[in-house]
Amino acid sequence: MRRFEYHAPNSLEEVSGLLTSLGDGAFILAGGTDLLVEIRERLRTVKHLVDIKKVPGLSGITCSAAQGLRFGAMTTAGELAAHPGLAQLYPNLYDALCALASIQVRNRATVIGNICRASPSADTIPPLVADGASIETWHPDGARIIPLAEFFTGPGRSVLRAGEIATAITVPPPQPGSYRAYIKHGRRKAMELATVGVAVSLDTKDGICTAARIALGAVGPVVLRAPQAEALLVGTRLDPKTVTSAAQQAMLECTPISNVRSSADYRREMVGVLTRRAVQQVLEVAA
Amino acid sequence: MTKTVLDLVVNGESRSFAVEGHRSLLDALREEAGLTGTKKGCDVGDCGACTVILDGKPINACMILAVEAQGAQITTIEGLQASPDDLHPLQQAFMEHGASQCGFCTPGILIMAKHLLESNPLPTDEEIRFGLSGNICRCTGYTKIFDAIRTAGKRMAETGMALPATKVEA
Ligand code: FES
Ligand code: FES
Repeated sequence: MRRFEYHAPNSLEEVSGLLTSLGDGAFILAGGTDLLVEIRERLRTVKHLVDIKKVPGLSGITCSAAQGLRFGAMTTAGELAAHPGLAQLYPNLYDALCALASIQVRNRATVIGNICRASPSADTIPPLVADGASIETWHPDGARIIPLAEFFTGPGRSVLRAGEIATAITVPPPQPGSYRAYIKHGRRKAMELATVGVAVSLDTKDGICTAARIALGAVGPVVLRAPQAEALLVGTRLDPKTVTSAAQQAMLECTPISNVRSSADYRREMVGVLTRRAVQQVLEVAA
Repeated sequence: MTKTVLDLVVNGESRSFAVEGHRSLLDALREEAGLTGTKKGCDVGDCGACTVILDGKPINACMILAVEAQGAQITTIEGLQASPDDLHPLQQAFMEHGASQCGFCTPGILIMAKHLLESNPLPTDEEIRFGLSGNICRCTGYTKIFDAIRTAGKRMAETGMALPATKVEA
């Protein structure tokens, strides 16, 4: 492995100070499952790793129907998936977590690391965006709470400033009559990046859809919402015809590229298929 | 480069050695601790050959820095047997079923299977598949591995090496 200096500070102040003073070659080490690969494959020049595991207050999960979900920067994907209540309250996030890499990787990889990596194909982002999650950050100039949908600025890029640290994610409590699903499409089930990932979260009252949020992964520079497709669902009884036209609209709203995993056309086609399936999955649970 | 003294409990034995900050736990186990049973297949978290149990959880030893494991309890393939003459049911079953060919994936698969069977000794095929989804074998086609894991699980349930009928999330 390429050589770098390892730092293990004890507070957010120190982490931030190190990141600022060490400059461009310094990166936060949380789970390390992405960063260590990038170092070995020479995709990123790393001179310093700033491990945040010794910083107090970055672990812990709270999950309840009344308070919603909150987890810290050190929460691993495996820990979150196994947390009591998560699978029932947020089945979309649960499915995304279980689809991420392998058990071994999930036991190290942090969810916030997966998010901060800001890959358009990151599995955990679409369900969190569809559920209106926010990300909490810390900087010596002040803490921020940023809606996750506004966090990403491009592939690998976010609104995080130099020396700013993502500390926690919060997700609002699931409303009665709300349902959610995430469907990942890849060439194989494990150890795979999503070719397309679609999250759908719907609120309903007396069988009528009152709000819809569709988040599309791996079909744009960032995880995208599909506002026009969402608008087609709201106010309807989610009958098959409506769902089909919303799925077709979602295809028009995404901006996929072709790469080694798939062509742009195939991705667009799959956005239609998966959006329809995700709504169907939601309706089956609701029934 | 500065070295850190690393104190670990490996297979029940306290070990300490000096490591540089950029070394992986896998390299430290193989080169400093002399435990070469844990294999390096890909070194990027894809193959599972380097699987060890760290504080009760299976991880890829190539995907963690040695210094991050400070103070941890680690089980490697060398810790599978209770004593040199006493094969673990998984080792016995892998031999009986011919579930190892070149053997490179075997240490990682045995460790992963041990973790799976201890909480779920009678797994379904789907559960074995899910449990082993981070372990790649280029030789066997997996069929004999599955057969061996089922056989070992039954014996572990009978001999009380696993908790029958309790299921724990991975
Ligand atoms: S060597 Fe660690 S996963 Fe392949
Ligand atoms: S026996 Fe050769 S890789 Fe599995």
